Amino acid sequence: MNFVIPAFAPAIPEMVLLAMASFILVADTFWSKKYQFATYYATQLTMIVVAYFIMTSFATAQVITFDGSFVRDSFADILKLFILLVSFGIFLFSKEYLLQQKFYSGEYFVLGLFGVLGMFVMVSAYNFITLYLGLEIMSLSIYAMIALRRDSSEAIESGMKYFVLGALATGILLYGFSMIYGATGSITFPEIAQIIDSGKADPVVLSFGVVFVVIGLAFKLGAVPFHMWAPDVYHGSPTAVTLYLGTAPKIAAFAIIYRLLAEGMPGLVHDWQTLLIILSVLSMVVGAIVAIVQENLKRMLAYSGIGHAGFLLLGVLAANPDGYAASMFYIIVYAITGVAGFGMIIALARTGNEFDKIADFKGLNGRNPWLAFMMLIVMFSMAGIPPFIGFFAKVVVIEEVVKAGFVWIAIIAVVTAVISAFYYLRVVKAMYFDKAEETAPIAPVSSQLNWAVSLVSVALLVLGLMPSSLIELSYQSIGLN
Amino acid sequence: MTFEQFIFYVLGALAIVSGLMVITVKNPVKAALWLVLAFIATAGVWIMAQAEFLGLVLILVYVGAVMVLFLFVVMMLDINLAQLKEGFTRYLPLGAMASVGILAMMYMVLGPDHFGLEVTGAPVQQSANFSNTKAIGVPLYTTHAYAFVLAAVLLLVGIVAAIALTLRRRPPREVLYQNIDQQVKTEKADRLTMVKMESVVEKELPEKEEESK
Repeated sequence: MNFVIPAFAPAIPEMVLLAMASFILVADTFWSKKYQFATYYATQLTMIVVAYFIMTSFATAQVITFDGSFVRDSFADILKLFILLVSFGIFLFSKEYLLQQKFYSGEYFVLGLFGVLGMFVMVSAYNFITLYLGLEIMSLSIYAMIALRRDSSEAIESGMKYFVLGALATGILLYGFSMIYGATGSITFPEIAQIIDSGKADPVVLSFGVVFVVIGLAFKLGAVPFHMWAPDVYHGSPTAVTLYLGTAPKIAAFAIIYRLLAEGMPGLVHDWQTLLIILSVLSMVVGAIVAIVQENLKRMLAYSGIGHAGFLLLGVLAANPDGYAASMFYIIVYAITGVAGFGMIIALARTGNEFDKIADFKGLNGRNPWLAFMMLIVMFSMAGIPPFIGFFAKVVVIEEVVKAGFVWIAIIAVVTAVISAFYYLRVVKAMYFDKAEETAPIAPVSSQLNWAVSLVSVALLVLGLMPSSLIELSYQSIGLN
Repeated sequence: MTFEQFIFYVLGALAIVSGLMVITVKNPVKAALWLVLAFIATAGVWIMAQAEFLGLVLILVYVGAVMVLFLFVVMMLDINLAQLKEGFTRYLPLGAMASVGILAMMYMVLGPDHFGLEVTGAPVQQSANFSNTKAIGVPLYTTHAYAFVLAAVLLLVGIVAAIALTLRRRPPREVLYQNIDQQVKTEKADRLTMVKMESVVEKELPEKEEESK
């Protein structure tokens, strides 16, 4: 057996991240008593350092190492950078929230870092085993983060729900993997694609496997009819964790969908395309209609997330590089908007008042006009109203799906977008036209939060005014592969 | 039917029956014990498929460690059986329909048409000195080194999660901890005190009549 030591250099970001996370894990026990925020600052420093390592070794061509289990390309690098950016925002908001709700602990940041590592592994996964391991590292961290607030029965309940359903979804996904391995005899994505194209694999076993793989992915993404966990988990989790699980992991989920379906099984496009059409249409419809009756903003955003998952799948089901790029752009925009939306709830939350009901937002304009305006931007962007960035995200995916020849799906997408605008505008109406029950002015607990929430919201407007660079970035990174 | 086939069918039937018992018996402890039997039968099947190492590890790890631990947990918990059984009959028709459907699909896909001997060919017979352990160990540390490290990270996350979720820091006076340093450094003088006492002379007791028992 001759074994060549693989190239470690492409995986430097992951290695640095793992080293830093392990260091912080140990160091936290020693420094947390003396310096309360040391873990927080070290976590944010890690984000910056890892981003620096990615930037300095930015991949221009595809590099595969570790015997075909790891891939580094510009697609991976760009998604990783955005995961870091979004996580930076998440940790920034979380710190204040955790302090306020009195469960600030180093474990939150350590688990968060390991979760980011899991997302990195998912984005760069090039065979079934690494993909599964990355997914599990990420999910396990999130399950624990949800239940970290042990005195809240809601948090424990939603942690339990997410854990059981997540384990079931992983089981289904693994079952699908085993079928595809059984038919092709390979676990590496390019090899699988090659064997499927050559027609040597049994088509019945393959389509059986694809069904399970797609169901597993739909569970993770929260697409209808596998969405039942999302509202409960979003609602029950502490807002800081909702912010975490509703944004960055979606980017990683998109990455594995792309790796599995587009890179691993392009030959089975007819099988998974039909499934994705069903998932996408159902998600858009359910996400738009059920969200209307929600009274809780976190629940409403959960249903809005389901609707967004449907829109995201539009680009993927177009099944061409342009479509994937449109989806990539969509998911990046969605993650940033999500940070702004949940960040707003965190910024306004008080000890004892989570500020997560739509009724809480009544008359916000009178209490804090600036934040009300920021929230207006976030809601308009989510609804897809120009000139905010959310509009362009919806436009590109719908454009790609029309180009791919599915005009009827595009029509459904536009109709659901209009319906969903109703509930986003309901929040705006509550802020500007409803009478406040409490008229005392309200401001975030710290100026840091005020700055952060303003920055993210204004970014939605600025990006919306010049969306071309971000769109180009997505199209180029997919086109290069 | 060869003898090998006969053993295979016995082990296979055992695995299926015990698997069914796991989900149908009422008592969770008994269910766990049936699961042990299912593991042993599966280990037997693996050993017959020439995966001796995996079969033995299954017994050592799952039966020996995981299930014993699991039994402890099940015995410690006070599980309300009536509550567990609630809704069973209500969901039974739906569950039965779903499982029959999946079973039928699995039979169609996994049956002899797609995974029969004509399709896959007979398994390769390894010689007696073929090392299973090596066949697993070498790829584990070479081609799958990345995945191996990731699995370690996954376990680390598991440890962090378990400790973060269960550890409750109590006030220092409430729990007494051992101070190993002090214990090791302890000397005879710390523990032993010599007490001088007057020697006691035993008096003779007057004889008494023993009471009847």
